[in-house]
Amino acid sequence: MKPSRPFKVFRAVALVVVVASLVAPLLWMILASLKTNVDIYDTEKAFSFSPTLDNYGTVLEQANYVQFIGNSLWVAFAATVLSLILGVPAAYSMSRFNMKKSALVVLMARVIPGVSLLVPWYYVFSNLQMVGGYTVLILSHMFVSLPLIVYIMMGYFDGLPAELEEAALVDGLTHIGAFRRITLPLSVPGVATAGILSFIFSWNNFMFALVLSGADTKTLPVAIFDFVGYASIDWGGLMAAATVVTVPIMVIALFVQKYIVSGLTAGATKG
Amino acid sequence: MSVVTTPATRSPSAPPASSDSAWSRWANAHRKWLFAAPAMAFVAVLIVFPVAWTGYLSLTDAEGSVRAESEFIGFQNYLDVLSDTDRFWPAVWRTVLFTGVVLLVEVVLGMAIALLLWRPFRGEKWVRVAILLPLVATPVAVGMMWRLIFDPNIGMANQLLSWVGIGPQPWLSGQSSALPTTMFIDIWQWTPMVVLILLAGLTSLSDEPQEAALIDGASTWQRFRHVTLPLLMPTVIVAILLRGIDALKTFDILYATKGRGGGSFHEVETLNVYAYGLSFDYNDYGVSSTVLIIFFLIIIGVMWALTYRKKGLER
Repeated sequence: MKPSRPFKVFRAVALVVVVASLVAPLLWMILASLKTNVDIYDTEKAFSFSPTLDNYGTVLEQANYVQFIGNSLWVAFAATVLSLILGVPAAYSMSRFNMKKSALVVLMARVIPGVSLLVPWYYVFSNLQMVGGYTVLILSHMFVSLPLIVYIMMGYFDGLPAELEEAALVDGLTHIGAFRRITLPLSVPGVATAGILSFIFSWNNFMFALVLSGADTKTLPVAIFDFVGYASIDWGGLMAAATVVTVPIMVIALFVQKYIVSGLTAGATKG
Repeated sequence: MSVVTTPATRSPSAPPASSDSAWSRWANAHRKWLFAAPAMAFVAVLIVFPVAWTGYLSLTDAEGSVRAESEFIGFQNYLDVLSDTDRFWPAVWRTVLFTGVVLLVEVVLGMAIALLLWRPFRGEKWVRVAILLPLVATPVAVGMMWRLIFDPNIGMANQLLSWVGIGPQPWLSGQSSALPTTMFIDIWQWTPMVVLILLAGLTSLSDEPQEAALIDGASTWQRFRHVTLPLLMPTVIVAILLRGIDALKTFDILYATKGRGGGSFHEVETLNVYAYGLSFDYNDYGVSSTVLIIFFLIIIGVMWALTYRKKGLER
């Protein structure tokens, strides 16, 4: 069906409004990160100001952000890899053997409010002297990653025809061999989707690190609060910190857009 | 958990697996649980124990330190919490209001945008990129970003209003405007998610019913109302389900914009923020566990109702 001409004009105008309202606030944040605090307070200088990178200097040098970037990268990476190792075979089994109830157990992790887990975790892990260490952060972030990966990969395996594996069995491979040599290589796009989304969700996670991280193991979303004081806010530093957290993920997202969309919409169109 | 059954071989004609060792034979025979059990055990250990413990704590007067002596007080906490009109019920009301409003706006707005994007057009790629950006942004950073924009004195929001002749608004710092402002932030960040899900649903629809309705002389609105929407309804429910779970549990943007306790007057204190504060600011574990159990039951109830509705639609 061909859209009519008035519709096309209306659509163009409406989409410009949508895109502007989604992008403008982000540009405003980046713009503010390039201003001195004096310029931020001066509404006359909304667009005409002399840009400075001082705020980024503050963030990266004084605020110890290089370390926090490393923390965020390491926690998100480790949680994603471990969750893939646990989650991909589990999703395969749950898909092939139609284990609906077992899948529900894993997906419960997505439903349950994080606070109800944090009190017991904090108690147990502080007794084990693990609070503030990377291990407990990675374990808690796996809680975000694993259900996501199982959910996406189950949908992916559901869509792979079982005939391929059956053919491999006829050719003399074992069941596990068929999974490893036939199914897994075919699942690379699905694993990429699940891995990318898991990394992003872990990178963005705030509540678990808020409670379980220490001064040295803070992840970026927690470290942002260093710029919010009781009396005043260092707006320039805060916006630079917010830019440092969000912009790298957005740049990555541009390159792997297809995967992110297919991951976020997994399970949306089938029963 | 169900009884472990040896999975029937999927292809009876397959020759005996060419495995040499006993371990390999055993692994292949038990691959169903060999694959699934580690992930399930991980989740179960980290969930079952904490939830059971939360349930236990809700029946005690645990306070101060988790290690402190506590007494079993039965359902006293539940009676206290359910009769608390000072913090608990307002928090329930805010949670319901927040979730209801953002879901309604996100689904209506998301549907409108998805319909605009449905048919191919030039520049489609760039619009899709723009839609993805808020989605992948860190919620805490998004909260900080809007905090600057909504600042009553230096924020761009009031600046824009002054250009069209409207006086400054308190936004996040107003006692009655704080919650709607946080709803706005949530809608900004998560409407794109609904757009993507609905767009995936729309793309998977076949063109035939649309064309048939067109031949029958149905108007654009009639085609949407009586053809597209009913076919898309299962996808709409999925979107509501996924967004609803997260909206009920919204924490990051509330904490980033209003800090502890949802602001000095608890303006944006939802159940999740309230439970967090009870646990980690007041160390009132008994009461916080009670709030969490009630919160959990609400979430399960809502999910069950939606899944039930979806099944009804598919029948």
